[in-house]
Amino acid sequence: MIEVKNIKKSFADKTVIQDVSAVMKAGQCNLIIGSSGSGKTVLMKCMVGLFEPDSGEIIYDKKDFITMSQEEKKDIRKEIGMLFQGSALFDSQTVEQNVMFPLDMFTKDSSVQKLKRVNEVLERVKIVDANKKFPSELSGGMKKRVALARAIVLNPKYLFCDEPNSGLDPQTSLVIDKLIQEITVEYNITTVINTHDMNSVMEIGNYILYMYQGNKEWEGSNREIIFSKNKRLNEFIFASDFLRDAKEMRMLEESGKMPENRNMDDMIK
Amino acid sequence: MKIIKDIGRYLLMLKSMFSRPENGKMYWKEFMRQCSDIGIGSLGIVCIISIFIGAVSTLQTAYQLVSPLIPPSTIAQIVRDTVILEFAPTLTCIVLAGVVGSKIASELGNMRVSEQIDALEIMGINTKSYLIMPKILAGLVTIPLLVMLAMVLGIWGGRVAGSMTGILTPEQFDTGLRQSFVQYNVFFALAKSYTFAFIIASIPAFYGYYVQGGALEIGKASTKAVVVSCILLLFADYVLSALLL
Repeated sequence: MIEVKNIKKSFADKTVIQDVSAVMKAGQCNLIIGSSGSGKTVLMKCMVGLFEPDSGEIIYDKKDFITMSQEEKKDIRKEIGMLFQGSALFDSQTVEQNVMFPLDMFTKDSSVQKLKRVNEVLERVKIVDANKKFPSELSGGMKKRVALARAIVLNPKYLFCDEPNSGLDPQTSLVIDKLIQEITVEYNITTVINTHDMNSVMEIGNYILYMYQGNKEWEGSNREIIFSKNKRLNEFIFASDFLRDAKEMRMLEESGKMPENRNMDDMIK
Repeated sequence: MKIIKDIGRYLLMLKSMFSRPENGKMYWKEFMRQCSDIGIGSLGIVCIISIFIGAVSTLQTAYQLVSPLIPPSTIAQIVRDTVILEFAPTLTCIVLAGVVGSKIASELGNMRVSEQIDALEIMGINTKSYLIMPKILAGLVTIPLLVMLAMVLGIWGGRVAGSMTGILTPEQFDTGLRQSFVQYNVFFALAKSYTFAFIIASIPAFYGYYVQGGALEIGKASTKAVVVSCILLLFADYVLSALLL
């Protein structure tokens, strides 16, 4: 579990995050959503220690990350996996070397054991016959899956995903979302995802934190978001007519008042 | 003000490189990779430059020594001392500042922009220690070796050019080489090459590591790294000459 308490962060005179608190539980996908510039990436970078917040606490299973010594932070970081927006795979290394890197750095396993583990996670993310390929030879979706394999190879307790679906087609996005969700449940990981993707919000958002201009505007689950009356949240989530109609239909469906003659064709104009 | 801030950041960067390696074997692997990149990667250009510099030195020295009272072997003495004192360490290192410096700056800049450095940080790796230290150490090991090779090839190039053009025979050249040889000159050249090696590896690492932006900024950082390295090389050359000669 990760607890964020009263986090504030400014750059020069500009306050980017103001007093944000949240509780992100293990075994579920915790989503941070918000429009560009709302502070969600800065919040995530504060959580993983890439930025130091001006004030507040970030608690990883009862241990305050901010007041920890460098050595303690290093130990926590070994339990963190992160999937970056651009995958951040090492260009000069093959898929196998990329995934093996954390094992090489932090374990004393034999080469055979490491290779076995690499193949296990690559298989888990459905990457086959690509061990010797370089990142430049992979598609966007494959890069994301290899990066996910690298992030989970050390069995992390915490998984951070920054815009995991950016630049991917809807079908591949769905595959990545499902993978993240399955891995989260399977290994009881506390997963934190930064996303713009409304499909992800609806599909895997066990907990959703909506940020607006550096503040926490709304929090809840993917079921609650449908019925939310928060104006800003509704404007952000249901930005198009199509999504507004989808929301209306879902609400009718949930309340059992869906007219028999109404179907998806009504939404397509 | 910016220059003071940059110097401060540079010194802090160097300070934070010194931490216990997370895995010595991986650091060694990275160090050997850098030795290969910097040393073997620059071998060709160093060989070509050294041979031609030595050859041109012989021809130009002979052109200026017109008096029949000066024996031809003096040309070899002058070529030897010029190559050892200046051409091999300074010229080789200026070329290396371009070749190695731009490579280091763009490699680190690309890693920064594509979040590879962030990925390493999140894994709990001291990126300054893992990425910069092996480059500096590899520079300190391989660049003086390249400079020594440049000395040998420079003198050999001069000898070949002398005999090919009929300015002086190989025997006359060898006689000149052995006359009034001062061992301290080699020490001085090596002192320069160690100083230059540190500049060539650390300055581009600083500019590459702190790149912000995209591809355009990587290019700018790379150019700036080479320019600043060259200026610092020439300044260090002057200071060392004033102090040690």
